[in-house]
Amino acid sequence: MDVTGLSLTTITLFLPMVGLFILLFMNGETQKSNLKWVAFATSVVTFIASVLMWINFDPSVAELQMVQRNTWAEVTLGESVINVSYFVGVDGISMLLVLLTTFIMPISILCSFGSHIFEERGREKLYYIFLLLLEWSMIGVFVVHDLIIFYVFWEVTLVPMYFLIGIWGSEERIYAAVKFFLYTMAGSILMLIAILYVGNRAGTFSTYSAGGDIGVIERVHSFEGDGTYWDGVGPEGENEDSGFLFNSVESWLFLGFLVAFAIKVPIFPFHSWLPDAHVQAPTAGSVILAGVLLKMGTYGIVRFNLNLFPEATVAWAPTIAFLGVVGIIYGAWVSYAQDNVKKLVAYSSVSHLGFVVLGIFALNAQGLQGATLQMVNHGISTGGLFLIVGMLYERWHTKEMSDYGGIWKAMPLFGAISLVISLSSMGLPGLNGFIGEFTILLGSLGSNYLSFAFTLFGTLGVILAAVYLLKMYQHVFMGELKKPLADEEGYKLTWYEKAAFIPIIIMCFWIGLQPIVFFNLLDVSVDNIAALFLR
Amino acid sequence: MENLPLLVPLVIFAPALGAIINFFFGARLEEKWSGYVGCFASIFAFFISLLLLTYVTGTNGAAAVVNPPFFDGWLRIDSIGLEISWGMRVDSLSVTMMLVVTGVGSLIHLYARGYMHGDKWYPRFFAYLNMFLAFMLILVTANNFLMLFVGWEGVGLCSFLLIGFWWDKKAPEGWKNSNAARKAFIVNRVGDFGLLMAMFLIFWTFGTLDFYKAGELPNTEAKYLVHWREHNGLLPHAEEDADAGDDHGKAYKCVPAAASAEHADDGHGDASDHSKSNPLASDLRAIYCDNQHFETDLLGVFGQTGERFGQGETVDFGGFQMAFDDVIFLIALFMLLGVTGKSAQIPLFVWLPDAMAGPTPVSALIHAATMVTAGVYLMVRANVFLWELNHAGYVLGLIITLVGAGTAIVAGYIALGQWDIKRVLAYSTISQLGFMVAAVGIGAYVAAMFHLVTHAVFKALLFLGSGSVIHGVEHGHHHAHEHGHGDPEHHDDDDFDPQDMRNMGGLRRRMPITYITYLVGTLGLAGIFPFAGFWSKDEILADAWFEGFELNVTSGFIAFGVLLIAAAFTAFYMWRQVVLVFFDEPRSEAAEQAPESGGAMLLPLIVLALFTCVIGLINVPKATPIFDGIYHPYEFKHFLEHSLVSVSRGHTLDFNLLIAGLALALGIASILVANRVYKGKGLAADNRDQLETGGASRPLFALANARLYWDEVYTSLIEQPFNRLARFLADRVDWDFLHNYLHDSIIKRGFDSIGELLSRPFDLGIVDGAVNGVGWFVQRAAEWMRQSQTGYVRLYAVVLFIGVVAVIVIMILPFMQALLQTGA
Repeated sequence: MDVTGLSLTTITLFLPMVGLFILLFMNGETQKSNLKWVAFATSVVTFIASVLMWINFDPSVAELQMVQRNTWAEVTLGESVINVSYFVGVDGISMLLVLLTTFIMPISILCSFGSHIFEERGREKLYYIFLLLLEWSMIGVFVVHDLIIFYVFWEVTLVPMYFLIGIWGSEERIYAAVKFFLYTMAGSILMLIAILYVGNRAGTFSTYSAGGDIGVIERVHSFEGDGTYWDGVGPEGENEDSGFLFNSVESWLFLGFLVAFAIKVPIFPFHSWLPDAHVQAPTAGSVILAGVLLKMGTYGIVRFNLNLFPEATVAWAPTIAFLGVVGIIYGAWVSYAQDNVKKLVAYSSVSHLGFVVLGIFALNAQGLQGATLQMVNHGISTGGLFLIVGMLYERWHTKEMSDYGGIWKAMPLFGAISLVISLSSMGLPGLNGFIGEFTILLGSLGSNYLSFAFTLFGTLGVILAAVYLLKMYQHVFMGELKKPLADEEGYKLTWYEKAAFIPIIIMCFWIGLQPIVFFNLLDVSVDNIAALFLR
Repeated sequence: MENLPLLVPLVIFAPALGAIINFFFGARLEEKWSGYVGCFASIFAFFISLLLLTYVTGTNGAAAVVNPPFFDGWLRIDSIGLEISWGMRVDSLSVTMMLVVTGVGSLIHLYARGYMHGDKWYPRFFAYLNMFLAFMLILVTANNFLMLFVGWEGVGLCSFLLIGFWWDKKAPEGWKNSNAARKAFIVNRVGDFGLLMAMFLIFWTFGTLDFYKAGELPNTEAKYLVHWREHNGLLPHAEEDADAGDDHGKAYKCVPAAASAEHADDGHGDASDHSKSNPLASDLRAIYCDNQHFETDLLGVFGQTGERFGQGETVDFGGFQMAFDDVIFLIALFMLLGVTGKSAQIPLFVWLPDAMAGPTPVSALIHAATMVTAGVYLMVRANVFLWELNHAGYVLGLIITLVGAGTAIVAGYIALGQWDIKRVLAYSTISQLGFMVAAVGIGAYVAAMFHLVTHAVFKALLFLGSGSVIHGVEHGHHHAHEHGHGDPEHHDDDDFDPQDMRNMGGLRRRMPITYITYLVGTLGLAGIFPFAGFWSKDEILADAWFEGFELNVTSGFIAFGVLLIAAAFTAFYMWRQVVLVFFDEPRSEAAEQAPESGGAMLLPLIVLALFTCVIGLINVPKATPIFDGIYHPYEFKHFLEHSLVSVSRGHTLDFNLLIAGLALALGIASILVANRVYKGKGLAADNRDQLETGGASRPLFALANARLYWDEVYTSLIEQPFNRLARFLADRVDWDFLHNYLHDSIIKRGFDSIGELLSRPFDLGIVDGAVNGVGWFVQRAAEWMRQSQTGYVRLYAVVLFIGVVAVIVIMILPFMQALLQTGA
């Protein structure tokens, strides 16, 4: 395992930074028209780099690949010395999510090309700088395997998103930005404490083993004493003890991580920042928020909660899965009642990510595979839905459903594309959403830790998804055209709008018809995790 | 011959290609060419289906599984043994469905060229129709539940698109159309929920979703089974059976047909009978085979059920355990929910009448002949489940019979009181689907399929006929208006309804061909000898009678009694319709001037009418007077036997003159009564129905006319509470409580107090600085943001940015050091 050379992961990670520095030295006024091209080119190059990673990636290997690890600092905590290292690398799960990130970024930059927000708020340069900063930090979250550096990246993602919402958002942008920041921060603080404890206990912040250093995960799994790794000899080594949930260190560490991730996902009832952030964010912000940022939470659960705290995971699985199922139904139901198109789509995220949570806590290969793929599917479908809402808003400057109607007639191509994306979001077989939902629910029925009711109520979400999405589709796209545009030209999709949709539609069909490519990528990595929970 | 099944992907690709052409290039094509593409794709698929039929009959029922090129796997996760392919199945059952779908489908495509002429979305219409065919064919050729589900949902989508095809009409009609479309989709989704649950259970019980594996025999007891060998995983080789015992085929047991004819033949007639009905059987050396060469857990779902049912096995789902037999019962119940959705049975039938908002060819194709029969097809496909459960004493058969028979009579009753010509047919369809479902419930799978086939023909005929009538009345209306008012704009906003039978009457003189074909369809549906419905309905009734009176099965009694009444209703409402539409004097200007439709529309009517006359002969019972001796009895049954294990185990009935006579007499009597009530009288005063005038029949008619208030009950019991709860959750729970109260009172106040704590220096020592410093930072940031926008934000951004850059630099440093070292 090459741990010192310049790995492809590092290159992909820092490519957005290159573009960012170029932007930094450009003049925002005189070179205004070039800014977006620099940003777009950067994101495309980053995407190509991540595809190269994919080509280099060997899905049959269980270890991290394209690893790079350099010790960065030595922290003295009490008597122990703990390494903090720049440790990047990818396994199947990371690989897929990096691909998702670099896939979504060019699309969200494209959709900002002719946006009205610059006419009102200007500062195009800063906008693109923040987008690239966001891309860098998001990739970072998915590829680093050192808890401290992970935390840094996790927090850095907040900054650009905070400004994207706060500067280029809609009317109540400040409220939404602050709320978004505060909520995520509140969870992160608990995670930081847990991270510090973990590092102290394990003597390293590296989660995986590399270059002779044994990572936290290996230490946990190879622990052979009584009780759990975290609780040492533990309360008489009785994990099934009813006191485990609240009396063991492991359980508290688990919760420390989980709260941070649960707010990000968001798992019901931590979702109340989401409608604000989504509704107020500019289109690109919403697309990235739904497409990638929320996945950081579910990714974190899979990567850290499941790997580091297997006993606590088992103990908490039914509870969290229950919240997932509640999220599925609650999110869909609340979504149905919305009159604001963007809010409707925002709440649909709560429902969709409920599926992901259910899949993760089924704790078997089916559930985890489905959940990981569903992260990608949700990124594509809901990202696409936000693009649609954004393009509607660009033309009609309203988010109220009652102002729309008959768009399909005015914009036939747009209507057809929107139909495909809506159908993919509601899980029509043959499109991507179905594959994820089906695999997740399949997993939840065969789960060792969940009962029949989880699947039963989870599957009800499939009905409800049709209920709210068809409501949206009918009200916005069918019926009579209520507000004709003054200029007929406005009905046409611009080239960059079309260009943003094409990859999304392709992915909808690709994952829907040949998901095997993606399942293969995940197979070994997911199986590793699922093996922890065999009974 | 044995390579013919390889053509089966074309059955799907052809209409799919047609759909793609019309989608992307339809706008650039002339209307004529757009229609040609659609029709050609459909007819081509029909042609391929015919070739497949010759394969199935030629190999005496050998089933083949074909994996289409380029799509070898679908949902496959290696580590957990989940492997779902796009495997397509060619066997007698799927070929039957393919022929119905493409045959009736092609005629309807041809008809639609005339019906949709001049519509601005003509290409889109044909694209949808072709897309529907593709999905429907995926459904019927599927060899596993998931692929079936793809088709199942796909046809639902096409149904949605086609019901709402005219969503852009002026309000309120356009909105009504899209509402109907949405309703259909959502109600079907409720059914799909059931099918999904069934699939999850099936996967964990059997480890596969395949119906049968390649090389597996669906029915090892079929009498005419030729020697079957695994040849490239799919094909039989009739010539090579001599060395079957020598090579790899050794592993399974093949018994010559002659030797075991008695063994497998319980009550099926004698051996000469076989060769008579199946001349090929003597040419190919018929041999019985079994599935001994398969391990039980490598069999498909149905094969495993046959082996494992009733063994007292327990299935472990991880989180819970359940007895094997109970699991099958649960699966069947969930499946039944799916069936009630797609095949419009109680309690989910409410979407179908509304679905009539679509163009009439769509009603004929999707909502009468093909899509709605998918549920019946699924249950017949899963006959192993049902058969085993029924014979183990589970009440499943009774439940299915109650659903089917209940639907048949309820929908038949409602149809008595409808005015809309298409709505009568819609309720009639629901009622006839009830017949099929009830037939499945009593175990008469062949009768169900038989009725499915005949019903597809005559109901398509009736719908197309009604389309012709509507078309005519519409034109007549326009014509009348141009003469009457000379104001072409006027007819757009009047409330003339060309589908209302009160506006018709006397059309038999204006539209003679439509009239005659419609009459044939009516007699077919009413079950009058010798038209198609007579044979198929009689078979269901005969089976019900046998189950009830000979075997003392409750469901048989129920089915026989209820379906007999429903059959009487059928004849009555159909004759009422014929009288109101075609007889007497015209009741509107439009009807007076209605022209006969053009040739493109009449040709399919004539063809379908001819088929209505003869299609019933495919399954004539044994010992039928006149037909005995000149026609092979139970041809269709023997054909299906290769796919349905239950057929070989069930009973074969002779023609029962009593039942046939009773049903026929009842049908004719109903027609006579209807004739007496309506003929020559037209409508009663105030455009009322004749039944509305009489004392006793008045409330009965009103109830039927109000559709038993079924929709209203659903609205108030389900829809309104659902909406109210949605409002409550969204406004009260989510917004007021979670979003506002919790945020303001806990999160925000919490941060505020921390910030306050930090603003006093002496408090700093008691809190962990690293953690709360960030909180303070946030607090300040929030305040700055609130105070002013521009200046501070820029400053703030710069500061933050410097911080981020610093972090990056620190992170890169060691790595750059390492790089320098390796360089040096």
